[in-house]
Amino acid sequence: MSSAQLLAEKKQEILKSWFQATVDTYPADTARFLKSQKDPFANPVGQTTYQSLDSLVDALTTGAGRDVMAAALDPILRIRAVQTFTPSKATGFVFSLKQIIRQHLPGDGRDAGVDMNGLDRQIDEMAMAAFDIYVACREKIFELKATESRKQFFGSLKRAGLIDETEADGPGF
Amino acid sequence: MADELIKPDELLSQIDHRPSGAGWMDTPLDIRKGMYCYASNPKSVATLGLPYARPWNPLEEDWKLPENWQEIIYEGFRERLEKFRSFKVFMDICVRCGACADKCHFFIGTGDPKNMPVLRAELLRSVYRNDFTTAGKILGRLGGARPMTLDVLKEWWYYLFQCTECRRCSVFCPYGIDTAEITIMGRELLNLLGLNIDWIATPVANCYRTGNHLGIQPHAFKDMLDFFVDEIEEVTGIKVDPPYMQKDADILFITPSGDVFADPGTYTCMGYMLLFHYLKEKYDLNITWSTYASEGGNFGFFTSHETMKRLNSKMYAEAKRLGVKWILGGECGHMWRVITQYMDTMNGPADFLEEPVNPITGTTFENAKSTKMVHIAEFTADLIKHGKLELDPGRNDNQIVTFHDSCNPARGMGLLDEPRYVLENVVNHFYEMPAGTIREQTFCCGSGAGLNAGENMELRMAGGFPRANAVKHVHDNFGVNMLACVCAIDRAAFPASMEYWVPEVDVTGLHELVANALIMPGEKERETDLRGEPLPGMEE
Repeated sequence: MSSAQLLAEKKQEILKSWFQATVDTYPADTARFLKSQKDPFANPVGQTTYQSLDSLVDALTTGAGRDVMAAALDPILRIRAVQTFTPSKATGFVFSLKQIIRQHLPGDGRDAGVDMNGLDRQIDEMAMAAFDIYVACREKIFELKATESRKQFFGSLKRAGLIDETEADGPGF
Repeated sequence: MADELIKPDELLSQIDHRPSGAGWMDTPLDIRKGMYCYASNPKSVATLGLPYARPWNPLEEDWKLPENWQEIIYEGFRERLEKFRSFKVFMDICVRCGACADKCHFFIGTGDPKNMPVLRAELLRSVYRNDFTTAGKILGRLGGARPMTLDVLKEWWYYLFQCTECRRCSVFCPYGIDTAEITIMGRELLNLLGLNIDWIATPVANCYRTGNHLGIQPHAFKDMLDFFVDEIEEVTGIKVDPPYMQKDADILFITPSGDVFADPGTYTCMGYMLLFHYLKEKYDLNITWSTYASEGGNFGFFTSHETMKRLNSKMYAEAKRLGVKWILGGECGHMWRVITQYMDTMNGPADFLEEPVNPITGTTFENAKSTKMVHIAEFTADLIKHGKLELDPGRNDNQIVTFHDSCNPARGMGLLDEPRYVLENVVNHFYEMPAGTIREQTFCCGSGAGLNAGENMELRMAGGFPRANAVKHVHDNFGVNMLACVCAIDRAAFPASMEYWVPEVDVTGLHELVANALIMPGEKERETDLRGEPLPGMEE
């Protein structure tokens, strides 16, 4: 059995553990809600998190590469970037996957003939992509903080000719 | 080899991975940047004559409170329990069933249990039990009571300004507890100590002094509308002529000042102007603007009932001075809760006004019999229903629209079908968001009740996520590219929320779409919409 097949076979167990570990980064009352409510509109954080992790396990199994992993990481990190996590807590769930995979494979993966080295490299790649996305989200938040009122008010005032600015418009305008 | 790598557990050993698991009373307050708004500017507090104007910083240990602050809170609490029967009932009857717990957009988005409405209310109830109930005095902590301490006060401030008073939780409460009113009372108590946020205090001071939240002086207000006149002429070839403070006009129109100055509300404002011009030309209906009653919104609502009353009074005063028959209100959110639920009690009865009747259709707006103020979506829906507006919805064919029920018009006055009826007549592509996220169960934009500041962007984005998530669904499935709403705060808040969560979706007011579709008598062939974007088939 190939590594991919074995991982695919264990996917649901791995996903379940990984989801549990990820929602456990929230307070206990919140974690219960994130796990139990299945309606994606009543519980968008829990369901988006689950979908992201699901896609990430698939990407790992198939060796789909960084772009596919990044696309799957974006929704979960977009959420975690605006919650009160430190950067390491926001992205740390990726690293927990290494341990979780080992727990679910015989002999930490070695006995099953899985290329753990390769998997670890992929998870490292995933972590780096996660960090990039997290930072991009934070930069977007700061950009919104810096430009929101300018876009709202200066735009209309300027069109109305009620303010006079120099030729060079400011950034983000 | 894999086993030579550092184990994930070792990597994470320095990280406090799981929260402590302590009960809510024992979870210490952690005031985080991005989740709170700046403290009120003392000048604004002083302008309003509110107590304890002073500079203070939520991140500092010392909030510079008056020495007897506990006594002030106790007396304020006692006074309000006596004055407002609903407050007393809401303090007593909650059985902590948890029906509201997971309904709050801030809890769903932030994941912070203290944003569960039941817990947010419990912040006050615990003190209520301790100070005002026998059981609480005897049982203490066992009975869910705790004394008012500095930490508790700070917790109040932090979480009562993480509530947009949207009342979604109340829809699910089997007892009908209006948790927003608990927040309102809590904020009133905080204001007794000068603990407001500046995004509320300064607009309120502006409104009190100048007449609107933005502090726009009358000439600037008119300058802006004059500019819209030019813009409208460019798009339609029609020169509209909005009257100001016209005595004996039929109707006084009042809208949030955000519509006059903040994009994209400005396009909605142009929409009102086109509609009023149309009604003047076709039916000789006189609708006047006022630079005195130049604010529909009322951030006093987020400060104290006395402040709300003061700001609200100018609406009636101006209507009386001008001798109009009734008031037409623009697309605003909390303005409609103030009008529908509080205005009549505070500043009524407006017996000098008439029960609103649409003179063009003969429709009596019975729901506004007492307040004498009609929502423009209802007014326009009535005009369309009676075939009084000539419309070409094809002009909006580039817009694939969904509708966000703004919290206060939806839950505060039951305005659910009228905006949809208007939309269905002015656009050809309209898709609803999923059932649990619209109408009376609508999710808040995440920035209402004075929380639309910049410094709390993380809070706004987290709180706005449940709504944005539903928008994303209709964007992904139906190609929705425009989010319509009937609230100025929505129009101010959603552009940032969409940019973060669903960047392909833009934001509009209802009457911008109405005006795009409205065929004005004598208009030139329109090539663009009000934003200057080419109409369908008019692209280069």
